[in-house]
Amino acid sequence: MSVVPAGILSGGALAAEETDRDGAAELGPRARLWPSLAAVYRAQLSRARVARIPLLFVATFQSVGIMILMRGVVDGGGEAQSVVAGASVLVVAFVALNLLAQYFGQLRASGGLDHYATLPVPPAAVVLGAAGAYASFTVPGTVVTAVFGCVLFGLPMAHLWVLVAVIPLAGAALAGLGAALGLLAPRPELATLLGQLGMSAALLLGVLPADRMPEVVRFARDLLPSTYGVEAFARTFGPHPDWAFVLGDLAVCGGVGVVSLAVATWAYRRAAVR
Amino acid sequence: MCAVRGLTKTYPAVRGRRGAPGTPEVRATDDVRLDIRRGEIFGLLGPNGAGKTTLVRQLTGLMRPDSGSVEILGHDIVRHPDRASRILAYLGQESSALDELTVSLAAETTGRLRGLEARQARAERDAVLDELGLTPLAGRPLKKLSGGQRRLACFAAALVGERPLLVLDEPTTAMDPVARRAVWSAVDRRRAEHGTTVLLVTHNVIEAETVLDRVAVLDQGRVIACDTPSGLKEQVAGEVRVDLVWRAEAPLHVPEVAALQDRAVAAGRRWTLRLAPEEARAVVATVTGGAAFAALDDFTLATPSLEDVYLALGGAAQQGLVKA
Repeated sequence: MSVVPAGILSGGALAAEETDRDGAAELGPRARLWPSLAAVYRAQLSRARVARIPLLFVATFQSVGIMILMRGVVDGGGEAQSVVAGASVLVVAFVALNLLAQYFGQLRASGGLDHYATLPVPPAAVVLGAAGAYASFTVPGTVVTAVFGCVLFGLPMAHLWVLVAVIPLAGAALAGLGAALGLLAPRPELATLLGQLGMSAALLLGVLPADRMPEVVRFARDLLPSTYGVEAFARTFGPHPDWAFVLGDLAVCGGVGVVSLAVATWAYRRAAVR
Repeated sequence: MCAVRGLTKTYPAVRGRRGAPGTPEVRATDDVRLDIRRGEIFGLLGPNGAGKTTLVRQLTGLMRPDSGSVEILGHDIVRHPDRASRILAYLGQESSALDELTVSLAAETTGRLRGLEARQARAERDAVLDELGLTPLAGRPLKKLSGGQRRLACFAAALVGERPLLVLDEPTTAMDPVARRAVWSAVDRRRAEHGTTVLLVTHNVIEAETVLDRVAVLDQGRVIACDTPSGLKEQVAGEVRVDLVWRAEAPLHVPEVAALQDRAVAAGRRWTLRLAPEEARAVVATVTGGAAFAALDDFTLATPSLEDVYLALGGAAQQGLVKA
């Protein structure tokens, strides 16, 4: 039962005056994809100053520490190349996968998504803006790790420029995965757990040399998108890198990135309106 | 401008797990019917859990109702929930999306995402921060601010990018009087200049009485009354509320006091009575003289508030409305 006093219904002030011919008022403008993506990206990047810098240090020190540990086990050559590449991409996995999964998990659980859902912004702008910002956070840590690794293992730095392609493509794949996990997990603790597990997988399967692993683990390694970033990067340390394979690995990263970001966008839509 | 008909939403029952008891099915909004007119401040009043936020989430397109219709400015929000964001600005209870941004960037980004051009968003941001007295805090991140300041910053973000309807869910929670005044004068300016309509969710009785044009009283998901605050209060005009605070125990050896015991709602040392004016006069005469007066710490006599209306209408919750 509801009570609506008669005065309201018979009153002359009913909403007729502000409507047009079709009976519907004009809608406000929609936010366009690129400007709103840029706005989300900028806002997310500014959060780094407040909240993310300590974690970026943790990510870098973790990778540097792992390389120092592996120095005692690995004696240069191909294994050293994959250790350095794996540790560098691990920084991307830590920030883009783990931290982004946590961020979206908490945002969803606390009702923070309502803010975006009540603005006329394309879902892709929110997801891509956040993923892009998190991928950008990884740049300094990844570069520092790669340079330190090259010095530590005596690897050539001539082709480090390939990071320009590795970071965004591995970043897209891992950030898309992180965003999708964070938005799909029913509880924020679960999002955190999945993010951590993903990062642990990137650590174990990416840094440890693959040829010493059993068949099953190697198969799991092939399923993880960060592996292809690691492989692409590792190949460039050789004296004559096979650029076709590097491009192939990077293409896999890019493909996974497109798919996972599309899934994340779908997950955002689903999470925003319940 | 906003018509709600037969809006119903039921939360399914949750089966209990180990250590956590299950909850039965809950009708969060039950056949709600409302009409909000252009340019008015329309309030939803009710205790926590009355279904206010659930109702607002359905009006803003954040939640799909099980049945019923919502029409805002001629647009069907149930069928096209995405249109809500282009008609209204929503201030929710949570600020977690903005917490780590500075006040200035929170307002500007929100304006950009509301479809403003960069220059326009910056200009509106500056105007709104200035209007609300937030300019000195513009460079501080929201989470370093006090609760009331953070709320005001979120309100500022809601105002950037003009909308004909503002939906504000408990906007003045934790605000000091200066900030509250800033909020209501900003709202009044928009009503005067643009005919902006405001839907306000509150459990604060005093605020409801002072700022609302009309109010719908919600209880357990249903609208139990809808009128102007003074119109509602006329329904219980025959009553006066008497609050008696005893020093220690109530002096039940005084026969007149003992006779009141059954009609009083006791909360610690406080007794609250709802009486006809003549009765109230007699009670005051009794307790301000003789043996009862020695036991009396304080008493107040008041005309009815919206809280009394809520209780008189049969509101189930005996507490939950705030008088502050």
